[in-house]
Amino acid sequence: MANLKTTDKKSKSQSMGMHSEVLTGRTQQKFFNPSEAENFYYFGTYDVDFNKRTDLDVKEMTAPEANKEIDNLMSQGYGTIVIKNPQGKHSLGVGILNKLNLIFEGSLGYFGMGSCDGPTVRINGRVGWSCAENLMAGKIVIEKNAGSCFGAAIRGGDLICKGSVGARTGIDMKGGTIIVGGDAGAFTGFMMQRGRIIILGDVGINLGDSMYDGTIFIGGKIGSFGSDAVPGDLTTSDQDWLKRKLKVAEIGEKFDVSKITKIVSGKKLWNYDNLEPTEKKGAI
Amino acid sequence: MCGIAGLIYKDKSVNIGTQLQGMLQALKHRGEDSTGYALYGDTDGKNFIMRFKVGENVGEGSSSVMEETSVYDERIKIVKAHILGMGAKIIKEERILPYSLRYEVSYDEKDLREFSRKIESVPGVEILSMGKSLEVIKDLGNAKDVCDRYNLDKIVGTHAIGHARMATESGVDIKSAHPFWGYPFSDVSVVHNGQLTNYWNNRRLLENEGMRFMSECDSELIAVYLAKKLRDGATLEEGMKASLTGLDGVFTYFVATKDSLGMAKDTMAAKPLVLYESDNLIAMGSEEIAIRAILPQEIDTYDPYDGEVKVWQI
Repeated sequence: MANLKTTDKKSKSQSMGMHSEVLTGRTQQKFFNPSEAENFYYFGTYDVDFNKRTDLDVKEMTAPEANKEIDNLMSQGYGTIVIKNPQGKHSLGVGILNKLNLIFEGSLGYFGMGSCDGPTVRINGRVGWSCAENLMAGKIVIEKNAGSCFGAAIRGGDLICKGSVGARTGIDMKGGTIIVGGDAGAFTGFMMQRGRIIILGDVGINLGDSMYDGTIFIGGKIGSFGSDAVPGDLTTSDQDWLKRKLKVAEIGEKFDVSKITKIVSGKKLWNYDNLEPTEKKGAI
Repeated sequence: MCGIAGLIYKDKSVNIGTQLQGMLQALKHRGEDSTGYALYGDTDGKNFIMRFKVGENVGEGSSSVMEETSVYDERIKIVKAHILGMGAKIIKEERILPYSLRYEVSYDEKDLREFSRKIESVPGVEILSMGKSLEVIKDLGNAKDVCDRYNLDKIVGTHAIGHARMATESGVDIKSAHPFWGYPFSDVSVVHNGQLTNYWNNRRLLENEGMRFMSECDSELIAVYLAKKLRDGATLEEGMKASLTGLDGVFTYFVATKDSLGMAKDTMAAKPLVLYESDNLIAMGSEEIAIRAILPQEIDTYDPYDGEVKVWQI
């Protein structure tokens, strides 16, 4: 790590008396020296072969046991793993920081596929609350419905639900894309900061409440707008992007994207500190 | 955090005690301070089944005290005298535990208010349920503990609701455990997951109108609130819809009657519920694993939305 040392070197700021030290220590070259393997180690990653496939029956396993076995199979080079009998268990498939083709033959409970970075996942069932929370990268497709807090705080990747989702979809999301083929509940996009949400069906009340940034696209009816969520102009670029995204998502390919409503942040709450007290009340 | 579960078969009777036990046991990580069952068993419909307690099973934070069995014996004598004094007849009596009893009672009066008031005028006595079909059983421990203690695996019927409790708003004891009976309406029971923030305001209003509270558990308010709506002539579904604005806080609750099962979810959708619906079975719970306990095969389930009320009839 870098160190602070006092030197005789005089920069303009130092000559102005603002400080006397300079940063020293390991350089970028030192951090990424190819001769040091430790600089390339990323915990939980393996060299896997997508053509090497296996089944894993988790019926009699706890979630930690199942997740450990997935990790073990990846360490043996399996790049395609089919999970049998997930039966609504919680916390399955969490923390996978690897390229992996993962298929669930059934439904997941709470916190399924949380904190993942890289896998391609297909869930031939339903997922419970907080699916794919904190997703960094990868693609997750849910064939049926999803519970509340779908894609909470995701940073990247594509999260796709072909059915309907519960309340607070995309809450606190900071990037990535959430695509829903059916309806969504209340507070969709609550406090979202970046990223995009596409809901082809209807949404409940308080859509985009307190959103800082990001974009929401709604194909159906909107229950109500939340604080600081406002309609935006749907540009041709938006429509092109929506068509591409829906095609890649295997969902709503024939949907008339020109009828989609675009919602963005009014950025009154975001600039909250710049407002006068009376204006703050108006923004809320 | 608590867990709730419910099921209703539209076209047949099953071993609902065992099925609900499986569902609630799957939710035991959501709370196992106490577990309660409201079972709607097959009966001939002639007599009332009265489940009542003459003492408490006291856990952490409870304001109640444990008492000697001789105290319970005295109370039971007085209860029996009151029943006979009101012209009712005890057809069958079972003492399941020293403090927990089940009576089959022949009673012609339709209004159970006076009957219940008389019984509950005995200190330490509380009627847990009174109905032609409903039996409320609740005690400390997880679902299997309670099922084994009360032999619930033998009860056959069409529908049931239950609750696995993590005590937060009141102490660990039977009086604060769910389900709550919709006193004085026979065969009405309620379980709830969540917190009600206008409990005391509503309680004061309802008590001023003669409604009865037996605990300080906020969830009891839902049963009393719905009972008041029914007393005022509303249908169950109308009462449940009114509760979405009349009750403040976060909640998912189930209510059951002799021939129906209903669910309501608050307008914030802050509490979970997963629902499976087919032509002959509705099963629901706080988590999907509760439903999986009785339906291990692949099924389609969904989350009801904010402000949603549903009622199913047999």
